[in-house]
Amino acid sequence: MCLGVPMKIIEVNRELGMAKAEISGFIQNIRIDLLDEVSAGDYVIVHAGFAIQKLNEKDALETLKLIEEIFFDDEVSG
Amino acid sequence: MKYLDEFRDSERVKRLLKIINSIKLPERVRIMEVCGTHTMSIRRFGIHRLVEDRVELISGPGCPVCVTTVDYIDRAVMLSELDDVIITTFGDLVKVPGTRGSLSTSGGDVRVVYSPIESLKIAMDNQDRNVVFLAVGFETTVPGIALTVKEAMQQGVKNFYILEGNKIMPPPIRALLDDPEMEIDAFLLPGHVCTVSGYLQYEFIVREYGKVAVVSGFEPVDILLAILEILKMVRDGKRGIINMYPRAVKPHGNRKAMDLVYEIFQRADDTWRGLGLIPLSGLKLRNRSFSAEERFELPKMDSKEHPLCLCGEILKGKARPDQCRLFGTACTPDHPIGPCMVSSEGTCAAYYKFQEYLR
Ligand code: SF4
Repeated sequence: MCLGVPMKIIEVNRELGMAKAEISGFIQNIRIDLLDEVSAGDYVIVHAGFAIQKLNEKDALETLKLIEEIFFDDEVSG
Repeated sequence: MKYLDEFRDSERVKRLLKIINSIKLPERVRIMEVCGTHTMSIRRFGIHRLVEDRVELISGPGCPVCVTTVDYIDRAVMLSELDDVIITTFGDLVKVPGTRGSLSTSGGDVRVVYSPIESLKIAMDNQDRNVVFLAVGFETTVPGIALTVKEAMQQGVKNFYILEGNKIMPPPIRALLDDPEMEIDAFLLPGHVCTVSGYLQYEFIVREYGKVAVVSGFEPVDILLAILEILKMVRDGKRGIINMYPRAVKPHGNRKAMDLVYEIFQRADDTWRGLGLIPLSGLKLRNRSFSAEERFELPKMDSKEHPLCLCGEILKGKARPDQCRLFGTACTPDHPIGPCMVSSEGTCAAYYKFQEYLR
C-alpha cells in the first residue's frame, strides 16, 4: 500500500492544487498540494492520488555514479 | 521511463549480485524489510533467492492491511451494516476476514476508492447518509488522509468520518528490537514511508541498538545496492544509517506533508496484529467530530483471529507462510483466511503468487 509510482507532470493547476501526470502514456489527475513547487516536466512520486515528493535528478545521477564506482572498484580489486 | 529503467537494468543487477555474492562474511546476515512494497519487489524479482548465500531476508510488519487488527475489521463490518452508512476504503481491506465475515460479505454499501479524497465527493453526493473512510496506512498514506479531513473541515462537510487506524513505523521497529528472541542485524528502511517522514527518526536503530539501517528504493538495483551497503558495513564492523534512495528521500522527508499530518492527527497508543499494543504508534484525530468512533457508538464485540492463522507471527518475522498449515490449501488469495493472504503486499500473498510453495 506504500506503492509509489514515478510520474511526469504534464500540466499544473496551482489554484486547484491539481496536476495532470503521465506514466507510460497513461494520464491521471493528481493532487499536488503536499508539495511546495511543482512544474510541468518534473517527476514526482504518486501515492493514492497525491504527489508525495519530487524526484531529484541530481540525486538519481549520483546514485548511478556511485554504482559505477562500485563496479570500478570491483574490477580493480577483483 | 526515466527513474525506472536505469534501476531495473539487468546488467547492473547482474554485476551487483556478483559483488554481493563475493563478499566474505562469517555467517548470513539477517535483514528485515518493513515495507510491503519491498516484500513484493523482493519476491517478484526473486532477490531473496539470488542473495540467499549471504543474506536471510525476513519480512516484518510492513503491510498496513496485515497489521490492522481483527477488532478494527469487525468495527468496519458493523458500521457497514448500518443503513445510513457508506463505507469508503482502499480495495485491500475489503476481503480481510473479521470474526464474522468481511466487508465483502456484510451486504453493506462498501465503495472502493483509489484516493481518500474521493470519499468527500461521495459524502457531498449523498447528503442524507454518512460516509466513513477506513483510514489505514503508514506515513506514506497519512498526508492524503489528513488533507481530506482538512478539506472536509474547511468545506463544512458534516456527513464524513474516518475510522482511525493509521500507524507510524518507528515504534514497531523499536518493539521488534526490544524483543530478545528477534535476531535482526539490519533493516531495509521503507523508501516511501521515509519519502514523507525522512529517515533521521530511525537513528535509534544505530545509536541505541547498534544495528545497521539503509533506506532503499523499490527497483531491483535499489534493493541490491542497499543490501550491498548493509553487507559492507556488517563485514567491516561498522554501524550506521545510510540513505540509498536519495532521489526520493530527504533527511527530513516532506516537511509540508508531515506538518499537515500533525496538524490533523496526534500520536496515540495503538494495537498491531501480531505485535500487540505499542506505545504512541498510532494516529488519532485531534478534532474528534470527524471520528467514526465518536459518532457511532459501536458495541464491544469479542473479536477473534482464525486460530490456525500464523499471520501475527509472520508479521514479527518469527514464522514463514509455508509453516502455516492452511497456506496454499485452505488459504489462498481467492479464499483468504488471514490478512497476510489478502493484501497484495502481504507476505503470504507474495509467497503464494511467486510460487514459493512449489519449491
Ligand atoms: S497462509 Fe493464510 S491462514 Fe496461514 S498465516 Fe497466511 S494468511 Fe494466515
